Amino acid sequence: MSNLLTLPLLVPLISATFGILARQHANVQRWISLAGISVYLAIGFILISHVLDQSYLTAQVGGWQAPYGITLVADLLSAIMILFTGLIVFSVLLYSLMTSKPCGFSPAFHPLVHFLLMGASGAFLTGDIFNLYVCFEIMLMSSFALMTLEGKAEQTEGAVKYVVLNLLSSAIFLAGLGLLYAKVGSLNMADISVISQQAVADEKVGPIRLAGLLFFVSFSVKAGMFPFFFWLPASYHTPSPPVSALFSGILTKVGVYALIRLHTLVMPGEVLGYKLLLTMGVATMLIGVFGAASQMHIRRILSFHIISQIGYIVVGIAIKTPLALASAIFFIGHNIISKGNLFLVAGLASDIVGSEKLHKTGGMWKAWPQLGIIYLISAFSLAGFPPLSGFVAKFSIVWATVESQLWWVMAAAIFTGLFTLYSMMKIWVEVFWKDHPDPDRDLTLGKNSRRLMPVSLLAGIIIFLGLGGGPLFDICLRAGEQLVNPAGYIQAVLGEIT
Amino acid sequence: MEIIMSIVIGVCYACAVFLLLQKRLLQIVLGIALLGHSTNLLIFVASGLHGNSVPIIQNGLKELPLIAVDPLPQALILTAIVIGLALFGFSLALAYRCVAVLGHDDIDQITHTDTLDDPISKVDSKVS
Repeated sequence: MSNLLTLPLLVPLISATFGILARQHANVQRWISLAGISVYLAIGFILISHVLDQSYLTAQVGGWQAPYGITLVADLLSAIMILFTGLIVFSVLLYSLMTSKPCGFSPAFHPLVHFLLMGASGAFLTGDIFNLYVCFEIMLMSSFALMTLEGKAEQTEGAVKYVVLNLLSSAIFLAGLGLLYAKVGSLNMADISVISQQAVADEKVGPIRLAGLLFFVSFSVKAGMFPFFFWLPASYHTPSPPVSALFSGILTKVGVYALIRLHTLVMPGEVLGYKLLLTMGVATMLIGVFGAASQMHIRRILSFHIISQIGYIVVGIAIKTPLALASAIFFIGHNIISKGNLFLVAGLASDIVGSEKLHKTGGMWKAWPQLGIIYLISAFSLAGFPPLSGFVAKFSIVWATVESQLWWVMAAAIFTGLFTLYSMMKIWVEVFWKDHPDPDRDLTLGKNSRRLMPVSLLAGIIIFLGLGGGPLFDICLRAGEQLVNPAGYIQAVLGEIT
Repeated sequence: MEIIMSIVIGVCYACAVFLLLQKRLLQIVLGIALLGHSTNLLIFVASGLHGNSVPIIQNGLKELPLIAVDPLPQALILTAIVIGLALFGFSLALAYRCVAVLGHDDIDQITHTDTLDDPISKVDSKVS
């Protein structure tokens, strides 16, 4: 029993509500927003320290015992996700407070971000699969509104694809949910886990596998996996940079989180084809990185890289040893921070050079070496250079493939790393290294220099994750072991019923 | 009864997919709405059709009759309908906005965010 678990839902809800009330006072609204996210971040730290202590925290909402009531559960995976989500949202809000772009001034921006945060935390904490659907929808709805907030033509175009494909995936999720409930008569994920393990033992897995496949397709769309990723590069570069950073940090990662829960808890055993997941992961890695190589627009390159990074995580999920899951979790954390930071840096750089198209940029290194260094830290981290966070993440994934003797997967992972470096260097050469095509362009910073603060904060976290990789990876390893043995989770949720 | 309803749901899904594959945005939005309704119907039927056996414990009894409708799927559908309404409203607004900004609602022409920039010609496309 812990009321702590309701706070990651309540705090964003309260800050969003007060944010709406204070919509006519921009400054008040900003302070509310910043205060809300600071409290959220603090709760994230408290939560992870409690979970490290007690392994599982559960709260039966309204006192209704599981499996009849709605349960909130936090294991290490949930706590890690909440913490990293808090970190990226904090930096993005800080960044948007310091930007002069209209999106930062729209009275809807801050409340929508908090609603998005609420949906994401709900998805991370809920132990009820229908609640997962509802939280997905809260998150999607806020993201739809955030994407179209400025109402430009390109955003409308991107949003059409984003909205249609995500609604399609939600409908598939809901259909799977209905079929699963009809078969197992429960919505509690721990309870479903018990029933589906029983079904595997009885070899009556057919109907559950059908629902599992529907879930799988739906989560793959949301995670941006091959062959369902098309909405992502078509839309992620259209909203203002803080919103892109937020989306890249949260939305696809919630899809991946749901996939982890599906693969380890709801459908344990061989309900889902492991080879299918592995092949899709490798295909996602390669397609993403090739797509990025063909692009000549900063944020489009970064959008394609989101896809290729998702591939690494999916490979980790598919292999499903404690080490592989731990590396997938570490990778999620690393990717939330590095990728988010790259989007923020890209936004900052394009504000100064006046374009995001590579042939129209240049001269940033001379004008602004600090930003160049921050860019290099994030880019090298993404490509997997020591001593940055990406090195620990990629090394552990590759190690997990070696351990399972999946040589072709290992080869694909290393190859993808090299190509990631190619795209990152393309941005570096074009934006920072070469001279600006217009020699008269004023590249001074002015008020923009304040925005160095949030991006340096994230760069600091990247270095911290890399240098402190050992102890932090041990935490992820514990999380991985929790996931491989869902018995502890089931015991924590259902108590004596099992 | 279940068989007839299954066929009806199948036809609904087929219509929804047909609409989703059309070229005009409004048809696609209607397709999404129909898809949502088909899914609601699917949940309803999958939980079993038991005529009018309401899940109410009668006077003098201590438990439900042997055949009673499970009320939970209906609660799920109710939630899904509310969410679906909000999403449908947003999609309609988006379609309207699309026509207002772009001047058409032809999906085949909404390709600017997907096409590659030409690095050689330095002319911006209208929307990029």
